[in-house]
Amino acid sequence: MSTAQLASAPPSGSTIARAPRERTNSWPLVDRVGYWLCWTVGISLCLIALAIVLFMLIKGISYLRPSLLVRSPAPSQVQSQSGGFLDPIEGTLLVAGLGTVIAAPLGVAIAAWLSEYARPAWLARTVESALEIIAGAPSVVLALFGLLIFAQNFLGFLSQRAASGAVYGRSFFAAGAIMAVLALPLIVGATREGLAQLPDRLREASFALGRTRATTIRRVLLPAIRADIATGTVLGMGRIIGDTAIIRILLGAALTIQPVGHVPLIGALRGTGSTLTSYVYENSPAGEGNAPQKAYAAAFVLLLIVLFLNGIVTWLTNRGGQSERGGLSRAFRLIPYWSRLNGP
Amino acid sequence: MDPMMPPPVRRIAIDRDPYVAPPRSTGNGATPATTIATRLRAPRAVSAHIRERMRVESVWLAYGDNWVVRDVSLPVRQGEVLAMIGASGSGKTTLLRSLNRLTEITAAAARSGQITLDGQDIHELEVNDLRRRVTMVFQQPNPFPMSIFDNVAYALAERPGRGGRRRRRSSEIEHAVADALHRAGLYDEVADDLERSALRLSGGQQQRLCIARALAAEPEVLLLDEPCSALDPISTATIEELIVELRDSVAIVIVTHNLQQAFRVADHVAFMHLGELVEYGTSTQVFDQPTKERTRDYISGAFG
Repeated sequence: MSTAQLASAPPSGSTIARAPRERTNSWPLVDRVGYWLCWTVGISLCLIALAIVLFMLIKGISYLRPSLLVRSPAPSQVQSQSGGFLDPIEGTLLVAGLGTVIAAPLGVAIAAWLSEYARPAWLARTVESALEIIAGAPSVVLALFGLLIFAQNFLGFLSQRAASGAVYGRSFFAAGAIMAVLALPLIVGATREGLAQLPDRLREASFALGRTRATTIRRVLLPAIRADIATGTVLGMGRIIGDTAIIRILLGAALTIQPVGHVPLIGALRGTGSTLTSYVYENSPAGEGNAPQKAYAAAFVLLLIVLFLNGIVTWLTNRGGQSERGGLSRAFRLIPYWSRLNGP
Repeated sequence: MDPMMPPPVRRIAIDRDPYVAPPRSTGNGATPATTIATRLRAPRAVSAHIRERMRVESVWLAYGDNWVVRDVSLPVRQGEVLAMIGASGSGKTTLLRSLNRLTEITAAAARSGQITLDGQDIHELEVNDLRRRVTMVFQQPNPFPMSIFDNVAYALAERPGRGGRRRRRSSEIEHAVADALHRAGLYDEVADDLERSALRLSGGQQQRLCIARALAAEPEVLLLDEPCSALDPISTATIEELIVELRDSVAIVIVTHNLQQAFRVADHVAFMHLGELVEYGTSTQVFDQPTKERTRDYISGAFG
């Protein structure tokens, strides 16, 4: 290798040309109209989003008090005594957590089967259609269906029984399970997309080393699409957090968490409660509480949570192709569905 | 000469092969048909321990109704490098992939004839066992998106009979990984940080990592499918040198479009055309005294 001295820049005084800005003057009229239409629509969308955030920000901040975040709702006509929304925040986290824990492993498994096995073909097609149906079903329909299921006698242990023996069918378990169905298509979709983008040579490389398809999926493919799986999961979480119908129907109408029995977490999960969405609904002019100030404050918190999740999605998507070595990515490795427990 | 270029590998040729008719020309002073390749090659010694590992016997291979390999018979020997040359569509890659049954990934693949590994029909072996014994390196470097260490450790032969889960990173595994990296000539370049992502290596390093990975499985046969076609000349030279070094411990089959490369690394050359094995012989025979018209045309650049 010759080690020639490399010039660091063109000689001083020489003119440096950059790419000129694109001009539309010479374009056909149709193209110009289309071009400006795109700009207009894009900017309008930004304005609408900005308006929502600003509106909620102003309303929310003017009504949000720290005490609201730490106090439970209380039944009272007087606003100063009707408490805060600690329980709904906890409820939101419970439902989102439960839904995600159920949906993520199932979704990844379905996606892996659809992308890597998909035999017999008719079954794969049926599964795809089923996913489309679930994705397209209004959540209120899913909720009604869920009520039908969880009111079955043999599922009584997931909610509570009346003295007569009838199963109530409403609980965090019920809501979480149906929420999982809601999140499932998003997780399956993101995972399948990730798997589809992996080049076949990755699979061939693994097969050529005498590794089975299952090992290949578990140890090569799924770790490679961690970012996609996480993105789908966070999107699914957002969907869960934002849903109201399932909460109203499957979590009961109580605003506070009403545990069943005395086992700490299980009791709460068998019991009923509320989430931020049902709290907002309850306190909006349409609901029974009719305390719009609190609805605004709760809606603001809800929006913050969703925006935070969106931020995570963006972050995960941007770093998707890079190698993962950070502390947070190691934390993500702990999430069970891409477990590498049998690693070398 | 560029100091980064490794010197040519030296050996003295002693060629005797039952599959090939003796060269027609006997005149000692006769000048062979000289190709560009001949001028680039230094004489090499034949390995002392040649041993047949695989045998391809009247093999036909098809995708759907299209027979792409027609009645090919070949030996694959440890201690020497077998190069398969031929134009695109000549079936050489398909034949290579059939040696560890990778052709079976394609649903429509069909076959006839017999391939044996150490005397056993490979279709009677468990497919993943076979692929651990006959590993493969591909045209495009395809390291897994994980650390260098994990890439190699992934390929390590699983050692059954040890109760419970193996500890991650036992010294045994570390040793095996380092050994594979050494054999692939990559260890010194990456030893400082084996936890680095394999995707950050250069193309040539990635390909040597893939070779290390293929060697970590302790195979008996190593298949190389145009391993240098995506690499620059310096990386290519490094890998070619490596291939010649490895031939004593593992039987090597290399498919290549690059005739000079075949000439530089191979002890035996198989020329395939339209699915048929046109000529098989030692590389000096095939390149300097080809017996068939088509071989002569191909190596002199008349087609292909």
